[in-house]
Amino acid sequence: MLRDITIGQYYPADSVIHKLDPRVKLFATLLYVISLFIFENWVGLSLVTLFLIGVIWLSKVPVSYMVKGLRAIVIILIITALFNLFLTPGTALVEFGIFKITREGLVSAVTMAIRLIYLILGTSVVTLATTPNRLTDGLEKSLGPLNKIRIPVHEISMMMSIALRFVPILVEETDKIMKAQIARGADFESGNVIKKAKNMIPLLVPLFISAFRRANDLAMAMEARCYHGGKGRTKMKPLKYKKRDGMAYLVIFVYFAAIILARVFVK
Amino acid sequence: MILDKVNYTYSRDTAYEKHALKDVSLKIEDGQFIGIIGHTGSGKSTLIQHLNGLMRADSGTIFFNGENIYDKDYDIRALRAKVGLVFQYPEHQLFETTVFKDVCFGPGNQKLPSEEVESRASEALRAAGLPEHLWQQSPFEMSGGQKRRVAIAGVLAMKPQMLILDEPTAGLDPKGRDEILDQVAKMRRDLHMTVILVSHSMEDVANYVDRLIVMNRGQVMLDGTPRQVFSHYKELEAVGLAAPQVTYLMHELRKAGLPVDVDATTRDEAKASILKAVARP
Ligand SMILES: Nc1ncnc2c1ncn2[C@@H]1O[C@H](COP(=O)(O)OP(=O)(O)OP(=O)(O)O)[C@@H](O)[C@H]1O
Ligand SMILES: [Mg+2]
Repeated sequence: MLRDITIGQYYPADSVIHKLDPRVKLFATLLYVISLFIFENWVGLSLVTLFLIGVIWLSKVPVSYMVKGLRAIVIILIITALFNLFLTPGTALVEFGIFKITREGLVSAVTMAIRLIYLILGTSVVTLATTPNRLTDGLEKSLGPLNKIRIPVHEISMMMSIALRFVPILVEETDKIMKAQIARGADFESGNVIKKAKNMIPLLVPLFISAFRRANDLAMAMEARCYHGGKGRTKMKPLKYKKRDGMAYLVIFVYFAAIILARVFVK
Repeated sequence: MILDKVNYTYSRDTAYEKHALKDVSLKIEDGQFIGIIGHTGSGKSTLIQHLNGLMRADSGTIFFNGENIYDKDYDIRALRAKVGLVFQYPEHQLFETTVFKDVCFGPGNQKLPSEEVESRASEALRAAGLPEHLWQQSPFEMSGGQKRRVAIAGVLAMKPQMLILDEPTAGLDPKGRDEILDQVAKMRRDLHMTVILVSHSMEDVANYVDRLIVMNRGQVMLDGTPRQVFSHYKELEAVGLAAPQVTYLMHELRKAGLPVDVDATTRDEAKASILKAVARP
Protein backbone atom coordinates (compact mmCIF):
# COMPACT_ATOMS: atom_id res chain seq x y z
CA MET A 1 0.00 0.00 0.00
CA LEU A 2 2.69 2.46 1.02
CA ARG A 3 4.74 1.39 -1.95
CA ASP A 4 2.18 3.13 -4.18
CA ILE A 5 3.67 6.50 -3.36
CA THR A 6 5.63 7.38 -6.47
CA ILE A 7 6.47 11.02 -5.74
CA GLY A 8 10.20 11.51 -6.00
CA GLN A 9 10.75 7.94 -7.05
CA TYR A 10 13.32 7.37 -9.70
CA TYR A 11 13.28 4.49 -12.14
CA PRO A 12 16.74 3.76 -13.48
CA ALA A 13 16.95 2.99 -17.20
CA ASP A 14 19.19 3.85 -20.09
CA SER A 15 17.07 6.11 -22.29
CA VAL A 16 17.19 9.41 -24.15
CA ILE A 17 14.70 10.88 -21.74
CA HIS A 18 16.88 9.93 -18.77
CA LYS A 19 19.90 11.55 -20.38
CA LEU A 20 18.28 14.86 -21.33
CA ASP A 21 19.30 17.94 -19.42
CA PRO A 22 16.83 18.47 -16.55
CA ARG A 23 16.24 22.06 -17.70
CA VAL A 24 14.90 20.76 -20.99
CA LYS A 25 12.64 18.37 -19.18
CA LEU A 26 11.30 21.03 -16.85
CA PHE A 27 10.65 23.41 -19.71
CA ALA A 28 8.99 20.63 -21.70
CA THR A 29 6.80 19.78 -18.72
CA LEU A 30 5.69 23.38 -18.48
CA LEU A 31 4.75 23.57 -22.16
CA TYR A 32 3.11 20.15 -22.00
CA VAL A 33 0.94 21.15 -19.06
CA ILE A 34 -0.08 24.36 -20.85
CA SER A 35 -0.84 22.36 -24.00
CA LEU A 36 -3.17 20.11 -22.00
CA PHE A 37 -5.35 23.09 -21.31
CA ILE A 38 -5.09 24.57 -24.79
CA PHE A 39 -6.27 21.65 -26.89
CA GLU A 40 -9.99 21.50 -27.48
CA ASN A 41 -10.67 19.24 -30.44
CA TRP A 42 -9.85 15.80 -31.82
CA VAL A 43 -6.75 16.97 -33.66
CA GLY A 44 -5.34 18.53 -30.49
CA LEU A 45 -6.17 15.47 -28.43
CA SER A 46 -4.46 13.16 -30.92
CA LEU A 47 -1.36 15.36 -30.89
CA VAL A 48 -1.14 15.36 -27.10
CA THR A 49 -1.75 11.61 -26.97
CA LEU A 50 0.92 10.90 -29.58
CA PHE A 51 3.41 13.12 -27.80
CA LEU A 52 2.73 11.45 -24.44
CA ILE A 53 2.93 7.92 -25.83
CA GLY A 54 6.11 8.80 -27.68
CA VAL A 55 7.80 10.16 -24.55
CA ILE A 56 6.69 7.22 -22.40
CA TRP A 57 7.96 4.82 -25.02
CA LEU A 58 11.30 6.61 -25.30
CA SER A 59 11.74 6.71 -21.52
CA LYS A 60 11.66 2.89 -21.19
CA VAL A 61 9.85 3.22 -17.87
CA PRO A 62 7.22 0.48 -17.53
CA VAL A 63 3.71 1.91 -17.90
CA SER A 64 2.62 0.02 -14.77
CA TYR A 65 4.85 2.37 -12.78
CA MET A 66 3.01 5.44 -14.03
CA VAL A 67 -0.37 3.85 -13.57
CA LYS A 68 0.53 3.34 -9.92
CA GLY A 69 0.79 7.12 -9.61
CA LEU A 70 -2.74 7.36 -11.01
CA ARG A 71 -4.15 5.27 -8.21
CA ALA A 72 -3.56 8.13 -5.78
CA ILE A 73 -5.83 10.50 -7.73
CA VAL A 74 -8.71 8.15 -8.49
CA ILE A 75 -10.93 9.83 -5.88
CA ILE A 76 -10.20 13.36 -7.14
CA LEU A 77 -10.80 12.12 -10.65
CA ILE A 78 -14.20 10.67 -9.84
CA ILE A 79 -15.31 13.74 -7.91
CA THR A 80 -14.34 16.20 -10.67
CA ALA A 81 -15.94 14.00 -13.28
CA LEU A 82 -19.19 13.79 -11.28
CA PHE A 83 -19.30 17.54 -10.72
CA ASN A 84 -18.80 18.21 -14.38
CA LEU A 85 -21.28 15.56 -15.35
CA PHE A 86 -24.18 16.81 -13.25
CA LEU A 87 -23.59 20.51 -12.81
CA THR A 88 -22.98 21.67 -16.37
CA PRO A 89 -26.03 23.36 -17.89
CA GLY A 90 -27.04 22.49 -21.47
CA THR A 91 -29.17 20.09 -23.46
CA ALA A 92 -30.24 17.18 -21.30
CA LEU A 93 -29.40 13.62 -22.30
CA VAL A 94 -30.82 11.74 -19.30
CA GLU A 95 -32.97 13.13 -16.50
CA PHE A 96 -33.94 11.67 -13.17
CA GLY A 97 -35.45 13.87 -10.46
CA ILE A 98 -33.42 17.01 -9.92
CA PHE A 99 -30.39 15.44 -11.57
CA LYS A 100 -29.76 15.62 -15.25
CA ILE A 101 -26.83 14.69 -17.39
CA THR A 102 -26.24 17.12 -20.21
CA ARG A 103 -24.37 16.69 -23.45
CA GLU A 104 -22.01 19.50 -22.49
CA GLY A 105 -21.58 17.94 -19.05
CA LEU A 106 -20.56 14.63 -20.54
CA VAL A 107 -18.06 16.27 -22.85
CA SER A 108 -16.49 18.38 -20.14
CA ALA A 109 -16.36 15.45 -17.68
CA VAL A 110 -14.50 13.35 -20.21
CA THR A 111 -12.06 16.10 -21.24
CA MET A 112 -11.40 16.97 -17.61
CA ALA A 113 -10.65 13.33 -16.79
CA ILE A 114 -8.35 13.05 -19.80
CA ARG A 115 -6.52 16.24 -18.79
CA LEU A 116 -5.99 15.05 -15.23
CA ILE A 117 -4.80 11.61 -16.27
CA TYR A 118 -2.45 13.03 -18.89
CA LEU A 119 -1.16 15.54 -16.37
CA ILE A 120 -0.22 12.83 -13.90
CA LEU A 121 1.21 10.51 -16.56
CA GLY A 122 3.27 13.28 -18.15
CA THR A 123 4.74 14.60 -14.93
CA SER A 124 5.35 11.05 -13.69
CA VAL A 125 7.53 10.29 -16.71
CA VAL A 126 9.68 13.30 -15.92
CA THR A 127 10.12 12.50 -12.23
CA LEU A 128 10.61 8.79 -12.87
CA ALA A 129 13.26 9.47 -15.49
CA THR A 130 15.18 12.15 -13.58
CA THR A 131 17.02 11.69 -10.32
CA PRO A 132 15.77 14.09 -7.63
CA ASN A 133 19.23 15.64 -7.55
CA ARG A 134 19.24 16.50 -11.24
CA LEU A 135 15.68 17.70 -11.03
CA THR A 136 16.47 20.24 -8.34
CA ASP A 137 19.72 21.22 -10.06
CA GLY A 138 17.68 21.93 -13.16
CA LEU A 139 15.14 23.90 -11.18
CA GLU A 140 17.79 25.94 -9.45
CA LYS A 141 19.46 26.78 -12.73
CA SER A 142 16.22 27.55 -14.58
CA LEU A 143 14.96 29.82 -11.82
CA GLY A 144 18.40 31.39 -11.34
CA PRO A 145 17.31 34.81 -12.69
CA LEU A 146 14.80 35.10 -9.83
CA ASN A 147 17.79 35.52 -7.51
CA LYS A 148 17.97 39.10 -8.80
CA ILE A 149 14.64 39.89 -7.18
CA ARG A 150 15.86 38.38 -3.92
CA ILE A 151 14.06 35.07 -4.10
CA PRO A 152 16.32 32.49 -2.36
CA VAL A 153 16.30 30.05 -5.27
CA HIS A 154 19.13 27.91 -3.98
CA GLU A 155 17.57 27.49 -0.54
CA ILE A 156 14.21 26.64 -2.02
CA SER A 157 15.62 24.00 -4.31
CA MET A 158 17.79 22.59 -1.52
CA MET A 159 14.70 22.22 0.64
CA MET A 160 12.91 20.59 -2.24
CA SER A 161 15.67 18.10 -2.86
CA ILE A 162 15.88 17.21 0.82
CA ALA A 163 12.12 16.75 0.97
CA LEU A 164 12.15 14.55 -2.12
CA ARG A 165 15.07 12.59 -0.77
CA PHE A 166 13.21 11.91 2.46
CA VAL A 167 9.98 10.64 0.94
CA PRO A 168 11.25 7.10 0.26
CA ILE A 169 13.17 7.03 3.54
CA LEU A 170 10.10 7.90 5.56
CA VAL A 171 7.96 5.48 3.58
CA GLU A 172 10.40 2.72 4.42
CA GLU A 173 10.53 3.78 8.04
CA THR A 174 6.73 3.78 8.26
CA ASP A 175 6.72 0.30 6.83
CA LYS A 176 9.17 -0.93 9.47
CA ILE A 177 7.35 0.70 12.36
CA MET A 178 4.04 -0.72 11.15
CA LYS A 179 5.56 -4.19 11.07
CA ALA A 180 7.02 -3.82 14.55
CA GLN A 181 3.63 -2.80 15.92
CA ILE A 182 1.68 -5.41 13.97
CA ALA A 183 4.02 -7.97 15.50
CA ARG A 184 2.72 -6.75 18.86
CA GLY A 185 -0.86 -7.21 17.75
CA ALA A 186 -1.58 -3.66 16.56
CA ASP A 187 -4.44 -3.31 14.12
CA PHE A 188 -4.37 -0.56 11.50
CA GLU A 189 -7.30 -1.69 9.42
CA SER A 190 -10.49 -2.38 11.33
CA GLY A 191 -12.69 -0.09 13.44
CA ASN A 192 -14.47 3.21 12.80
CA VAL A 193 -12.77 6.51 12.02
CA ILE A 194 -12.11 7.50 15.64
CA LYS A 195 -10.80 4.06 16.53
CA LYS A 196 -8.62 4.07 13.44
CA ALA A 197 -7.18 7.47 14.30
CA LYS A 198 -6.43 6.26 17.81
CA ASN A 199 -4.78 3.15 16.44
CA MET A 200 -2.40 5.36 14.48
CA ILE A 201 -0.70 6.70 17.62
CA PRO A 202 1.70 3.74 17.96
CA LEU A 203 2.73 4.44 14.37
CA LEU A 204 2.91 8.23 14.43
CA VAL A 205 4.90 8.70 17.64
CA PRO A 206 7.92 6.64 16.56
CA LEU A 207 7.67 8.10 13.06
CA PHE A 208 7.80 11.71 14.27
CA ILE A 209 10.61 10.97 16.67
CA SER A 210 12.61 9.34 13.92
CA ALA A 211 11.87 12.16 11.45
CA PHE A 212 13.09 14.76 13.94
CA ARG A 213 16.17 12.72 14.72
CA ARG A 214 16.98 12.38 11.03
CA ALA A 215 16.46 16.09 10.44
CA ASN A 216 18.75 16.84 13.31
CA ASP A 217 21.42 14.43 12.07
CA LEU A 218 21.22 15.88 8.59
CA ALA A 219 21.59 19.43 9.87
CA MET A 220 24.65 18.35 11.84
CA ALA A 221 26.16 16.58 8.86
CA MET A 222 25.63 19.60 6.63
CA GLU A 223 27.14 21.89 9.22
CA ALA A 224 30.09 19.56 9.67
CA ARG A 225 30.76 19.88 5.95
CA CYS A 226 30.59 23.67 6.16
CA TYR A 227 27.37 24.14 4.24
CA HIS A 228 26.60 27.86 4.18
CA GLY A 229 23.93 28.35 1.56
CA GLY A 230 24.17 29.00 -2.13
CA LYS A 231 26.66 31.87 -2.28
CA GLY A 232 29.93 30.89 -3.92
CA ARG A 233 28.88 27.27 -4.12
CA THR A 234 30.07 25.38 -7.19
CA LYS A 235 28.79 22.13 -8.61
CA MET A 236 30.62 18.86 -8.93
CA LYS A 237 28.67 18.10 -12.08
CA PRO A 238 27.62 21.41 -13.64
CA LEU A 239 24.76 21.17 -16.11
CA LYS A 240 25.87 21.46 -19.72
CA TYR A 241 23.66 21.41 -22.79
CA LYS A 242 24.45 18.72 -25.36
CA LYS A 243 23.35 18.34 -28.95
CA ARG A 244 20.40 16.15 -28.04
CA ASP A 245 19.10 18.87 -25.73
CA GLY A 246 18.90 21.28 -28.66
CA MET A 247 17.02 18.68 -30.66
CA ALA A 248 14.65 18.17 -27.75
CA TYR A 249 13.93 21.91 -27.54
CA LEU A 250 13.17 21.87 -31.25
CA VAL A 251 10.75 18.96 -30.87
CA ILE A 252 8.98 20.66 -27.98
CA PHE A 253 8.55 23.93 -29.86
CA VAL A 254 7.23 22.17 -32.94
CA TYR A 255 4.80 20.23 -30.74
CA PHE A 256 3.61 23.35 -28.99
CA ALA A 257 3.19 25.26 -32.25
CA ALA A 258 1.17 22.35 -33.65
CA ILE A 259 -1.12 22.39 -30.62
CA ILE A 260 -1.75 26.11 -31.06
CA LEU A 261 -2.34 25.73 -34.79
CA ALA A 262 -4.75 22.88 -34.15
CA ARG A 263 -6.75 25.09 -31.83
CA VAL A 264 -6.77 28.12 -34.10
CA PHE A 265 -7.36 26.51 -37.46
CA VAL A 266 -9.24 23.28 -36.91
CA LYS A 267 -12.87 23.86 -36.06
CA MET B 1 7.64 -25.07 12.74
CA ILE B 2 8.39 -26.30 9.25
CA LEU B 3 9.31 -24.24 6.20
CA ASP B 4 8.98 -25.89 2.84
CA LYS B 5 10.69 -24.34 -0.20
CA VAL B 6 9.92 -20.76 0.74
CA ASN B 7 10.67 -18.14 -1.92
CA TYR B 8 10.37 -14.39 -1.70
CA THR B 9 11.17 -11.61 -4.17
CA TYR B 10 11.15 -7.90 -3.32
CA SER B 11 9.74 -5.41 -5.86
CA ARG B 12 8.78 -8.08 -8.33
CA ASP B 13 8.87 -7.15 -12.02
CA THR B 14 10.71 -3.87 -11.58
CA ALA B 15 14.26 -2.71 -12.03
CA TYR B 16 14.78 -3.16 -8.29
CA GLU B 17 13.77 -6.81 -8.26
CA LYS B 18 15.61 -8.78 -5.57
CA HIS B 19 15.24 -12.49 -4.98
CA ALA B 20 15.74 -12.42 -1.22
CA LEU B 21 14.81 -16.01 -0.29
CA LYS B 22 15.49 -18.99 -2.51
CA ASP B 23 13.91 -22.35 -1.71
CA VAL B 24 14.45 -22.10 2.01
CA SER B 25 13.44 -25.32 3.78
CA LEU B 26 13.89 -25.63 7.53
CA LYS B 27 12.56 -27.61 10.43
CA ILE B 28 12.57 -25.88 13.80
CA GLU B 29 11.99 -28.14 16.79
CA ASP B 30 10.27 -26.85 19.91
CA GLY B 31 12.65 -25.62 22.56
CA GLN B 32 15.67 -25.23 20.31
CA PHE B 33 18.02 -22.29 20.69
CA ILE B 34 18.91 -21.30 17.14
CA GLY B 35 21.30 -18.73 15.76
CA ILE B 36 20.88 -17.37 12.25
CA ILE B 37 23.99 -15.74 10.86
CA GLY B 38 24.82 -14.30 7.50
CA HIS B 39 26.42 -11.42 5.73
CA THR B 40 24.56 -8.10 5.37
CA GLY B 41 21.73 -8.53 2.87
CA SER B 42 21.76 -12.32 3.01
CA GLY B 43 18.05 -12.45 3.80
CA LYS B 44 18.00 -13.03 7.55
CA SER B 45 15.46 -10.34 8.37
CA THR B 46 13.34 -11.36 5.40
CA LEU B 47 13.34 -14.97 6.59
CA ILE B 48 12.25 -14.26 10.16
CA GLN B 49 9.44 -11.97 9.03
CA HIS B 50 7.98 -14.97 7.25
CA LEU B 51 7.92 -16.97 10.46
CA ASN B 52 5.21 -14.83 12.07
CA GLY B 53 3.30 -14.11 8.90
CA LEU B 54 4.34 -10.46 8.50
CA MET B 55 5.54 -11.27 5.02
CA ARG B 56 3.89 -13.75 2.73
CA ALA B 57 6.00 -16.11 0.66
CA ASP B 58 5.58 -16.01 -3.13
CA SER B 59 5.73 -19.77 -3.15
CA GLY B 60 6.25 -22.50 -0.59
CA THR B 61 4.45 -23.26 2.66
CA ILE B 62 5.01 -22.77 6.36
CA PHE B 63 3.53 -25.04 9.02
CA PHE B 64 3.22 -24.05 12.66
CA ASN B 65 2.08 -26.69 15.15
CA GLY B 66 1.04 -28.81 12.19
CA GLU B 67 -1.17 -26.16 10.56
CA ASN B 68 -0.49 -24.38 7.28
CA ILE B 69 -0.31 -20.68 8.12
CA TYR B 70 -1.37 -19.74 4.58
CA ASP B 71 -4.69 -21.58 4.94
CA LYS B 72 -7.65 -19.26 4.34
CA ASP B 73 -9.16 -19.68 7.79
CA TYR B 74 -5.87 -19.65 9.70
CA ASP B 75 -5.83 -16.98 12.43
CA ILE B 76 -2.73 -15.03 11.51
CA ARG B 77 -3.14 -12.58 14.42
CA ALA B 78 -3.03 -15.43 16.88
CA LEU B 79 0.13 -16.66 15.17
CA ARG B 80 1.78 -13.28 15.73
CA ALA B 81 1.14 -13.59 19.44
CA LYS B 82 2.59 -17.10 19.50
CA VAL B 83 5.65 -16.21 17.46
CA GLY B 84 7.03 -13.04 19.02
CA LEU B 85 9.32 -10.96 16.84
CA VAL B 86 11.58 -8.25 18.25
CA PHE B 87 12.96 -5.99 15.54
CA GLN B 88 16.45 -4.64 15.14
CA TYR B 89 15.65 -1.11 16.30
CA PRO B 90 13.69 -0.67 19.53
CA GLU B 91 13.04 2.94 18.38
CA HIS B 92 10.57 1.50 15.90
CA GLN B 93 8.16 0.28 18.50
CA LEU B 94 8.44 2.42 21.64
CA PHE B 95 5.72 5.06 21.76
CA GLU B 96 4.05 5.22 25.18
CA THR B 97 4.72 7.72 27.95
CA THR B 98 6.07 5.11 30.36
CA VAL B 99 7.94 1.87 29.98
CA PHE B 100 5.21 -0.03 31.77
CA LYS B 101 2.41 1.25 29.53
CA ASP B 102 4.48 0.46 26.48
CA VAL B 103 4.90 -3.15 27.54
CA CYS B 104 1.13 -3.35 28.15
CA PHE B 105 0.48 -2.58 24.47
CA GLY B 106 0.99 -6.15 23.22
CA PRO B 107 -1.19 -8.02 25.73
CA GLY B 108 -3.70 -5.12 25.58
CA ASN B 109 -4.17 -5.89 21.90
CA GLN B 110 -5.00 -9.48 22.81
CA LYS B 111 -8.15 -8.19 24.55
CA LEU B 112 -7.22 -9.57 27.96
CA PRO B 113 -8.68 -8.19 31.22
CA SER B 114 -6.61 -5.31 32.54
CA GLU B 115 -5.31 -7.11 35.66
CA GLU B 116 -4.00 -9.87 33.42
CA VAL B 117 -2.39 -7.31 31.10
CA GLU B 118 -0.62 -5.64 33.99
CA SER B 119 0.55 -8.83 35.62
CA ARG B 120 1.93 -10.02 32.29
CA ALA B 121 3.71 -6.70 31.78
CA SER B 122 5.40 -6.87 35.19
CA GLU B 123 6.34 -10.48 34.59
CA ALA B 124 7.81 -9.65 31.19
CA LEU B 125 9.77 -6.65 32.47
CA ARG B 126 11.21 -8.78 35.25
CA ALA B 127 12.10 -11.57 32.83
CA ALA B 128 13.80 -9.04 30.54
CA GLY B 129 15.83 -7.85 33.49
CA LEU B 130 14.72 -4.23 33.68
CA PRO B 131 14.99 -2.89 37.25
CA GLU B 132 11.66 -1.86 38.77
CA HIS B 133 12.56 1.78 39.43
CA LEU B 134 12.70 2.38 35.67
CA TRP B 135 9.20 1.11 34.92
CA GLN B 136 7.48 4.48 35.30
CA GLN B 137 10.07 6.39 33.27
CA SER B 138 9.75 7.40 29.64
CA PRO B 139 11.14 4.76 27.27
CA PHE B 140 12.84 7.52 25.31
CA GLU B 141 15.09 8.38 28.24
CA MET B 142 16.55 4.87 28.43
CA SER B 143 20.01 3.83 27.28
CA GLY B 144 20.37 1.62 24.20
CA GLY B 145 20.58 -1.57 26.23
CA GLN B 146 17.62 -0.62 28.38
CA LYS B 147 15.51 0.29 25.35
CA ARG B 148 16.24 -3.11 23.93
CA ARG B 149 15.09 -4.76 27.15
CA VAL B 150 11.86 -2.78 27.03
CA ALA B 151 11.32 -3.85 23.43
CA ILE B 152 11.95 -7.49 24.31
CA ALA B 153 9.61 -7.24 27.30
CA GLY B 154 6.97 -5.72 25.01
CA VAL B 155 6.98 -8.91 22.97
CA LEU B 156 7.46 -11.30 25.90
CA ALA B 157 4.32 -9.92 27.52
CA MET B 158 2.30 -11.61 24.78
CA LYS B 159 3.61 -14.97 26.08
CA PRO B 160 4.98 -16.27 22.78
CA GLN B 161 5.99 -19.91 22.33
CA MET B 162 8.74 -18.81 20.03
CA LEU B 163 10.84 -15.68 20.45
CA ILE B 164 12.74 -14.24 17.51
CA LEU B 165 15.29 -11.49 18.05
CA ASP B 166 16.72 -9.57 15.09
CA GLU B 167 20.24 -8.46 15.98
CA PRO B 168 19.51 -7.84 19.65
CA THR B 169 23.10 -6.80 20.25
CA ALA B 170 23.58 -4.25 17.45
CA GLY B 171 25.08 -1.06 18.79
CA LEU B 172 25.84 -2.40 22.25
CA ASP B 173 29.25 -2.59 23.89
CA PRO B 174 30.68 -6.06 24.68
CA LYS B 175 29.42 -5.94 28.24
CA GLY B 176 25.91 -4.87 27.25
CA ARG B 177 25.97 -7.54 24.57
CA ASP B 178 26.84 -10.33 27.00
CA GLU B 179 24.23 -9.11 29.47
CA ILE B 180 21.45 -9.17 26.89
CA LEU B 181 22.45 -12.59 25.57
CA ASP B 182 22.72 -14.02 29.09
CA GLN B 183 19.29 -12.64 29.80
CA VAL B 184 17.88 -14.23 26.65
CA ALA B 185 19.39 -17.59 27.57
CA LYS B 186 17.89 -17.31 31.04
CA MET B 187 14.47 -16.38 29.63
CA ARG B 188 14.55 -19.38 27.39
CA ARG B 189 15.23 -21.70 30.32
CA ASP B 190 12.66 -20.10 32.62
CA LEU B 191 9.85 -19.69 30.11
CA HIS B 192 10.54 -22.81 28.00
CA MET B 193 10.54 -20.98 24.68
CA THR B 194 12.05 -21.69 21.31
CA VAL B 195 14.49 -18.86 20.67
CA ILE B 196 15.91 -17.67 17.36
CA LEU B 197 18.74 -15.18 17.46
CA VAL B 198 19.76 -13.29 14.34
CA SER B 199 23.28 -11.95 14.28
CA HIS B 200 26.22 -10.88 12.17
CA SER B 201 28.76 -12.20 14.52
CA MET B 202 29.70 -15.83 15.08
CA GLU B 203 31.40 -14.98 18.32
CA ASP B 204 28.16 -13.64 19.73
CA VAL B 205 26.04 -16.65 19.15
CA ALA B 206 28.51 -19.52 19.29
CA ASN B 207 28.52 -19.59 23.07
CA TYR B 208 24.78 -19.71 23.43
CA VAL B 209 22.98 -21.56 20.69
CA ASP B 210 22.68 -25.27 20.05
CA ARG B 211 22.04 -24.91 16.35
CA LEU B 212 23.45 -22.51 13.79
CA ILE B 213 21.93 -21.66 10.42
CA VAL B 214 24.19 -19.80 8.01
CA MET B 215 22.45 -17.78 5.31
CA ASN B 216 24.13 -16.70 2.11
CA ARG B 217 22.43 -14.84 -0.75
CA GLY B 218 18.98 -15.94 0.28
CA GLN B 219 19.88 -19.59 0.72
CA VAL B 220 20.65 -21.78 3.70
CA MET B 221 24.34 -22.50 3.28
CA LEU B 222 25.10 -24.46 6.43
CA ASP B 223 22.91 -25.84 9.18
CA GLY B 224 24.10 -27.74 12.22
CA THR B 225 25.62 -27.46 15.67
CA PRO B 226 28.18 -24.66 16.08
CA ARG B 227 30.89 -27.33 16.04
CA GLN B 228 29.78 -28.72 12.70
CA VAL B 229 29.36 -25.27 11.19
CA PHE B 230 32.72 -23.95 12.30
CA SER B 231 34.54 -26.95 10.94
CA HIS B 232 33.67 -25.40 7.54
CA TYR B 233 35.55 -22.27 8.49
CA LYS B 234 37.23 -21.96 5.11
CA GLU B 235 33.86 -21.82 3.35
CA LEU B 236 32.60 -19.29 5.87
CA GLU B 237 35.55 -17.06 5.07
CA ALA B 238 34.79 -17.32 1.37
CA VAL B 239 31.39 -15.72 1.94
CA GLY B 240 32.71 -12.96 4.15
CA LEU B 241 32.01 -14.49 7.53
CA ALA B 242 34.61 -15.49 10.05
CA ALA B 243 34.65 -18.38 12.50
CA PRO B 244 35.32 -17.44 16.13
CA GLN B 245 38.92 -16.60 16.92
CA VAL B 246 39.11 -19.74 19.03
CA THR B 247 38.69 -21.87 15.92
CA TYR B 248 41.67 -20.20 14.24
CA LEU B 249 43.77 -20.54 17.35
CA MET B 250 43.02 -24.23 17.68
CA HIS B 251 43.84 -24.90 14.04
CA GLU B 252 47.13 -23.05 14.39
CA LEU B 253 48.01 -25.02 17.51
CA ARG B 254 47.19 -28.28 15.76
CA LYS B 255 49.44 -27.25 12.86
CA ALA B 256 52.19 -26.50 15.35
CA GLY B 257 51.92 -30.06 16.55
CA LEU B 258 49.81 -29.77 19.69
CA PRO B 259 47.05 -32.44 19.78
CA VAL B 260 44.18 -30.07 20.59
CA ASP B 261 40.52 -30.44 19.69
CA VAL B 262 40.05 -28.20 16.63
CA ASP B 263 36.26 -28.27 16.96
CA ALA B 264 36.20 -26.43 20.27
CA THR B 265 33.85 -23.48 19.82
CA THR B 266 33.87 -21.64 23.13
CA ARG B 267 36.70 -20.19 25.11
CA ASP B 268 36.13 -22.60 27.99
CA GLU B 269 36.19 -25.66 25.77
CA ALA B 270 39.36 -24.40 24.13
CA LYS B 271 41.03 -23.74 27.44
CA ALA B 272 40.24 -27.24 28.69
CA SER B 273 41.47 -28.81 25.50
CA ILE B 274 44.74 -26.83 25.46
CA LEU B 275 45.43 -27.60 29.10
CA LYS B 276 44.83 -31.26 28.45
CA ALA B 277 47.12 -31.25 25.40
CA VAL B 278 49.89 -29.42 27.24
CA ALA B 279 49.60 -31.58 30.34
CA ARG B 280 50.13 -34.73 28.28
CA PRO B 281 53.75 -35.78 28.65
N1 LIG C 1 11.79 -3.42 1.52
C1 LIG C 1 12.67 -3.90 0.64
N2 LIG C 1 12.54 -3.64 -0.67
C2 LIG C 1 13.40 -4.15 -1.57
N3 LIG C 1 14.46 -4.91 -1.27
C3 LIG C 1 14.67 -5.21 0.02
C4 LIG C 1 13.79 -4.72 1.05
N4 LIG C 1 14.23 -5.17 2.24
C5 LIG C 1 15.33 -5.89 1.97
N5 LIG C 1 15.60 -5.93 0.64
C6 LIG C 1 16.71 -6.65 -0.02
O1 LIG C 1 16.60 -8.03 0.26
C7 LIG C 1 17.84 -8.59 0.61
C8 LIG C 1 17.77 -9.26 1.96
O2 LIG C 1 17.53 -8.29 2.95
P1 LIG C 1 17.45 -8.61 4.51
O3 LIG C 1 16.99 -7.36 5.18
O4 LIG C 1 16.66 -9.82 4.72
O5 LIG C 1 18.98 -8.88 4.86
P2 LIG C 1 19.66 -9.17 6.27
O6 LIG C 1 20.33 -10.48 6.14
O7 LIG C 1 18.68 -8.99 7.36
O8 LIG C 1 20.76 -8.03 6.34
P3 LIG C 1 21.29 -7.21 7.61
O9 LIG C 1 22.28 -8.08 8.28
O10 LIG C 1 21.95 -6.01 6.98
O11 LIG C 1 20.13 -6.86 8.46
C9 LIG C 1 18.84 -7.45 0.57
O12 LIG C 1 19.59 -7.56 -0.61
C10 LIG C 1 18.02 -6.20 0.56
O13 LIG C 1 18.63 -5.23 -0.24
MG1 LIG D 1 18.45 -7.54 8.98
